[in-house]
Amino acid sequence: MTEYRIALRNSGLIDPNDIEDYIKNDGYSALAKVLKEYSADKVIEEITASGLRGRGGGGFPTGVKWKFAKSYNDEAKFVVCNADEGDPGAFMDRSILEGDPHSIIEAMAICGYAIESNQGLVYLRAEYPLAIKRLQNAIDDATELGLLGDNIFGTEFGFNIEIKIGAGAFVCGEETALIHSMEGMRGEPTLKPPFPAESGYWQKPTNVNNVETFANIAPIILKGAAWFSSIGTEKSKGTKVFALAGKVKNVGLVEVPMGTTLREVIFGVGGGIENDKEFKAAQTGGPSGGALSKDFLDTPIDYDNLIAAGSMMGSGGMIVMDEDDCMVGIAKFYLEFSVDESCGKCTPCRIGTKRLHEILEKITSGNGEIEDLERLKKLGQMVKETSLCGLGQTAPNPILSTINSFKDEYLAHIVDKRCPAHRCSDLVKYEINPDKCVGCTLCARACPVNAISGSPKKVHSINRDLCIGCGACDTACNFGAVFKN
Amino acid sequence: MKITLDGKILSIDKKMTILELCRDNNIEIPTLCHMDMFSREDAGKNASCRLCMVEVRGKLVPSCATDIFDGMEIITKNDHIFEARKMVLDLIVSDHPLDCMTCEVAGDCKLQDYCYDYDVKGTTYPGEENHFEIDFSNKFFYRELDKCILCKRCVNVCNEFQASEALTVANRGFESKIAVEYDRGMGDSAVCVNCGNCVSVCPVGALVPKSKVKFRAWETKKIPTTCSYCGVGCQMNLVVKGNTVVDVEPLNGAANKNLLCVKGKFGYKFIDHPDRLTTPLIRKNGKLEEASWDEAYELIASKYRDAMSEVGPSAFAGLASARCTNEDNYLFQKMVRAIFKTNSVDHCARLCHASTVSGLAATFGSGAMTNSIDEISETDVIFVTGSNTTETHPVIGSRIRQAVKKGAKLIVADPRRIGLFDNAAVGMQIKPGTNIALLNGLMHVIVENNLQDREFVAARTNGVEELYELLKSYTPERVAKICGIEADDIVKAALLFGKADKASVFYAMGVTQHATGTQGVMSIANLAMLTGNVGRSGTGVNPLRGQNNVQGACDLGGLPNTYPGYQKVIIPEVKSKFEKAWNVTGLSDKIGLTVTEITQEIYDKKIKFLYIMGENPMVSDPNLDHVEEAFNRLDFLVVQDIFLTETAALADVVLPATSFAEKEGTFTNTERRIQRVRKAVNAPGEAKADWTILSELMTKMGYETHYDSVDDIMDEIATVTPIYGGVSFKRLESESLAWPVKDFNHKGTKFLHEGEFARGKGEFKPAEYVEPKELPTEEYPMILTTGRILHHYHTRSMTGRVEGIDELYPESFIEIHPEDAAKLGIKEGEMVKVTSRRGAIETKTLITDRVALGLVFMPFHFAVGAANRLTSSTHLDPIAKIPELKVSAVRIEKI
Repeated sequence: MTEYRIALRNSGLIDPNDIEDYIKNDGYSALAKVLKEYSADKVIEEITASGLRGRGGGGFPTGVKWKFAKSYNDEAKFVVCNADEGDPGAFMDRSILEGDPHSIIEAMAICGYAIESNQGLVYLRAEYPLAIKRLQNAIDDATELGLLGDNIFGTEFGFNIEIKIGAGAFVCGEETALIHSMEGMRGEPTLKPPFPAESGYWQKPTNVNNVETFANIAPIILKGAAWFSSIGTEKSKGTKVFALAGKVKNVGLVEVPMGTTLREVIFGVGGGIENDKEFKAAQTGGPSGGALSKDFLDTPIDYDNLIAAGSMMGSGGMIVMDEDDCMVGIAKFYLEFSVDESCGKCTPCRIGTKRLHEILEKITSGNGEIEDLERLKKLGQMVKETSLCGLGQTAPNPILSTINSFKDEYLAHIVDKRCPAHRCSDLVKYEINPDKCVGCTLCARACPVNAISGSPKKVHSINRDLCIGCGACDTACNFGAVFKN
Repeated sequence: MKITLDGKILSIDKKMTILELCRDNNIEIPTLCHMDMFSREDAGKNASCRLCMVEVRGKLVPSCATDIFDGMEIITKNDHIFEARKMVLDLIVSDHPLDCMTCEVAGDCKLQDYCYDYDVKGTTYPGEENHFEIDFSNKFFYRELDKCILCKRCVNVCNEFQASEALTVANRGFESKIAVEYDRGMGDSAVCVNCGNCVSVCPVGALVPKSKVKFRAWETKKIPTTCSYCGVGCQMNLVVKGNTVVDVEPLNGAANKNLLCVKGKFGYKFIDHPDRLTTPLIRKNGKLEEASWDEAYELIASKYRDAMSEVGPSAFAGLASARCTNEDNYLFQKMVRAIFKTNSVDHCARLCHASTVSGLAATFGSGAMTNSIDEISETDVIFVTGSNTTETHPVIGSRIRQAVKKGAKLIVADPRRIGLFDNAAVGMQIKPGTNIALLNGLMHVIVENNLQDREFVAARTNGVEELYELLKSYTPERVAKICGIEADDIVKAALLFGKADKASVFYAMGVTQHATGTQGVMSIANLAMLTGNVGRSGTGVNPLRGQNNVQGACDLGGLPNTYPGYQKVIIPEVKSKFEKAWNVTGLSDKIGLTVTEITQEIYDKKIKFLYIMGENPMVSDPNLDHVEEAFNRLDFLVVQDIFLTETAALADVVLPATSFAEKEGTFTNTERRIQRVRKAVNAPGEAKADWTILSELMTKMGYETHYDSVDDIMDEIATVTPIYGGVSFKRLESESLAWPVKDFNHKGTKFLHEGEFARGKGEFKPAEYVEPKELPTEEYPMILTTGRILHHYHTRSMTGRVEGIDELYPESFIEIHPEDAAKLGIKEGEMVKVTSRRGAIETKTLITDRVALGLVFMPFHFAVGAANRLTSSTHLDPIAKIPELKVSAVRIEKI
C-alpha cells in the first residue's frame, strides 16, 4: 500500500503564497461548481454521501454536521475552522495551512454556502506564526480576486474569513472550549447539547470542522462522493494523514487510505523500526489515544477499529516505540500532558488526572503497590465515564491501554522494582562488571554523589543506596564495565 | 413524552432536566455545582462537579444539565452510579481539609452531608494538596481557598446573577482557583461590591461570613422575612441563635430571586447594637433621662390635651415612617387624623416620590410602579434615568444587568457616569435637571421617525396633539445643547426605544427631586404612552421607591391629602366613611401640610406638637440649619425610634421601638407587593413594637383601641382600603400579593393599566423644559447633586452601626472632577469647605471623572458634613411640594 494524497494534494507542490498556482491546480473550481450548479442541500447531500468523517479526532460524519447547522435559521451563522492543533507530535494541519492555505478557504466558503453562513473564522494557534501569515496572505489574495467577499462568482453568495489566534491550550481543540476562547472567555468546555450547530459562537448556529476535514471538501465536490467513498473501509472513507514519529526510519506526514494496517504504515511507508530494533507499540491519537501493541499491527486502521482497540484516531499522531521504551513511562508522559492541559472545570479531570499521574509517579519511582494497578484501572475508568469533555474522557486511555497490553511492565515496576526498558531513572541502578573494570577511577571521579568506591587499578563498586541513577559513570567508562540493572 | 424513571413509566408534557424530573418524583440527587437559579437552558454552562450523575442507556450523564426526551430510560440508583458519585467525592476530599470538627460550616456543608451519605471517610487517592493563605481582606467575609471545591457557584452567581463580574477562575487544571482581578484579596477588589451572594451560595466553608457569634447550623432557627433596607423587598431568612441574629440567607422572593446586596446580607448587626434604645426617655432639665412607659404616655397625653385645648388641631403634625410596617403607619395616621383631628401627616416620601404620585396620577391615574420587577427579564429595551440603580436598588440593578446579558438593550441617562453606563447601549451624561428636555428630544425623534404607537394613542389616550405641537422644537441638536450630550446619542436612544416591542422606563430621584419633578414624571408617562408601553407585561413606567415601606406608608394614608388607599380627604363621602369606620366625629376635611410645610409652620411657631415615628429629618431633610432651628422652636417633640438619632436627640420624649427583626407586620415594596415581616428575636429592654406603642398611647389619649395582634390591624386595613381589600396575614403565608387586591378571591395585580388606565383614558401632559432654580453663578460656580451610595442606607442610623460598612465608608465625601480639583488645587482625600446659599460644611474630596466638569456629588447619609445643610427647602415643585434636592449651586474652597 502506498500513500494516497487528498488532503495533502498540493502541500509542497504549489507555492502557497501564489493564488494563481492554487487556481492552476483546480483551485476554487469546486467553489465555482457549487455556486453555479448546486443547491445548498445538494452540497450537503454530496458531502454526506462521500462518507467523510471529522478528521479532528471525533469522527462525526461531516455531512450530518452541516445538515444540522443548516437546519437552524438565524440572522448570523458561522463556519469555524479548528486549527488549534494541539496533539504533541501532530502537524498535518500546520502543513496544510502553510502549504495549501487556499484549500481551507475554498472549503470554508463551500461550507458557508451549504449551511447558509457568510462568516468564517479560523481559530489558529499562536505557535504557528508561518501558518497565520500564509493564511492571512491567502485570505487577502482571495478577497482581492473576489473569491471571498460579496457576490462571489457573480452570485448572491458572500463569504468572509477572519483569523482568531488561540493562546495555546490543548482543551481549546474541543469545540465548545474553542468557541468560548474565540469569544474572549476562558477556554472551558460546556456540556453538549446544545451543540454549536444550535448555539455556538455568540449563541449563533456554528459549524466547526478541523483543517484536515476541510482539506477533503474540494476534491469530493470535484471528483464526486462516489469516488471518495470508494476509498477506505466500510465506515471510514477516504484517507487519513498520520504524523509518523518516534522510533521509525522515515518520520513525517503520511497520507494513506483508511483501512491501511499499522504494519503497512510503520514497516511500509515508515521503513521499519530505527536500528532494526523490535517494535513494541504505536501510540495513536496523541495523549487521548492508546498504545497499540504488536497484536494490533495487522488491524486495518479506521475510526471504529481504533476505538475497539482502546485507542482512537485522534488527529492522526502516530508515535512508534521500540524495545527501549518503557510503557509505564510513556503513559506517565501522556498523563502529565493531560494534567497540564486540563482546564480544571470538572472534578474528575481536574483532580482525577492528577491522581492518576501521581500513582504512575509512585510506580515509576519504585514505590508502587500491587493495589495501584486496580486503583489506576478503577479511577481511570471513572474519569473516562464522568469527565465533562473529550479531554478528560480520553485522558486515561494511555494508562488503560498500556495496562491492557503491557501489564507485565507494570508488574516489573511494582513487584520487582525494575524498569525493563531501563528508562525510569529511579529504578535504574548502575553496577560495575568486575570482569571488565580495570580500576581506572574515571567513574568514581565522574560520580556527582560519591557513590563509587575503589582504589586505582582495583575493581570499583557502586553503593546502590547512594546512586541516583544519573548514568555519569556509564558515560565516563571507556571499558564498557558499567551496566544498568 | 414517555419517560422511564427507575422502572416507573411517566408521562411528561414539558421540557425539563433529569434533575428536575427526579425532584418532582422525590428522588434525591446529590448536587454541588448546580444552582436552582439557572434556567434549564443555562444549566449546561456549568455541570462541572459531576456528582449528580445518573444512567441513561448505561451511560453516565449529569442529571442537572441533561434534558429528558421521549423514550428516555433513566436509572438513578445502582452500584455503578453509587461508585461514580463516591469517586467524585473521594477526589474532592483528596484536596480538601478534613477539619469538620472546627470548620465554621459543619452541619451546613453539602460536602459533609454527601460524604456521610456515600460513606466517604477520607480519600483513597492521597496526593498533592493546594494550600493558600486564608484571605481576611474583605470586611464582611473571609475566603479559605483550601476548602474550595471549585464548584464555581460563587463565580456563576457573581457573573450571571449579581452580574458584578468580580469573580473568575485563575490558572488551570489542578492549580485552578477562584480569584478576583489581579488575584488580589477579596477586600481589595475594585469590582466586588460585597453583596455576599457568593458567600450565600458556597456549599462548603470556602466563603464564610465574619461572625462574632460562633454557631452551629443545628443550633439555629430560620425566620423568613422581608429586608428592611431599600424598596426592592428582598425576601430572606434571619438565622437566629438564642436571641441573636447570626446570619442572613437570601430567599427566592418574587423581586430578589435569591439575591441580596451588602446591606441585606451583612447589614443586620445593628439589631443587637448596644446603642439600641431600651427604655423611654423624657427630657428633664434639658437632658434626656430614662423613664417608665407610663410616665412617657402620661406626659404625651397631657401635652396633647394642653395643645388641643389651647390651640386646637392646627397645633399638631405627625411624620409617619417609610421604615415602619403598614400596620404601624396605618395606626399612626389614624392617631393623627382621629385624635389630633388634622390631616397634617406626611413622611419622607415627600422628599423622594411626591412628584411621582402627582405626575402619574395626572397622566395614568395611579402613582406607583406600573409593572413588576420580575418583568425586567422580558423587556427588550430598558431606559434608566435618574436612578443609580446598582447602588440604590442593588438587586434591581442586578436584574437589569441580567436582562442585558440576555440581550435586552439598556439606555442610561444620568449626570454621573454611574455603574450601569458600563452595560448601556447608549449612555448619556446629562446636565442635572435637564430630564424633560431629553425626554422631549427622544419623543421628537420617535415622532419624526413615525415610531409612535398610533393605535394605542388613539384608543387609550387624550391630548396627543398638544404633545406633537410641543415636541416640534425639541430637535436632537437643541436638546443635545441643553443636556450637554451628543445629538447622535439622542437619536440612537430614541430609535432603540421607539422600535422596541417592549420597552420600560425605570427612574428615581434624579427625575423627581426637582422643582419640575411632576413635569419630569409626566414626560416619562408621555413617552410610555406615545410608544404604547403601558398596560402590557414587560413594559411600563417604574418609579423605584427608596425605602423598604415607602410605598406602604403612602398606601396607608401617611400623606396629608389621602386616607389609606389614596381616598381623598376632601371628598365628604370618604370622610364620613372613615368617621364611621373609626367611630369618631370631626375628621378634618382639609388637606393637611406636607413635610416641608410642616417644618415651615413649626418655624413660624404655628405647629406646637410634632410626633415623629421612625424618621430622621435632622439628616434627611433639606436645609438642615432651618430644620434644626424649627425643631428647637417646638413646644413638644415626640420621637419614636430604635436609636437616639440626630432628631431623637432634640426630642422631649423618646420612645424605644422595635426593629424589623423584632416585630410582625407587612412591608409593601416598590412593585406594590405586600410582604410579611416576622419576629425573629425579642426586642431589647423595654422596647415595644411601634403599633403596640401607638395602640397603647391612643387609648391613653382617650381613643380606646382593641388590637390583640397585628393581624387585627391588617383586617381593619382591608375593610377600609379597597386596594388592600383582599389582603390578610393568612393569605400572605402562602401567596405573594401585589395591590390592587380587590377581594379575598382576587390574586393581586402584576401590572397596572391593562386595557384601561386607572383614570380611564391616559392623559398626555406635555411639559416644557425649564432651567433648574439654581444655576452656576460667580459666587457659587459649581452644581451640587446629592444621592445615595451602595453601602449606606438613608441617615445611617442602621448602617452606621454595622462595623464593616462603617469602616469602609465612615465619613461624608464629595466627588469632584479631576480638572476641577486641579483648578482649585485640591488633592485626593483633602478636606474642603462647601458653601451654598443655605449653609456651609466641611467634607473630604474624592476625585473622579464619574462626575462631569462643573458638577460635584455628595451622598446625603452623613450627619457630620451633611449634604442637606447645603440643599434648598424652598425651591419646591409647586404641585408635589418636593424640594429640588438634586440641584444646588455651591462654592468649593480649600481649607
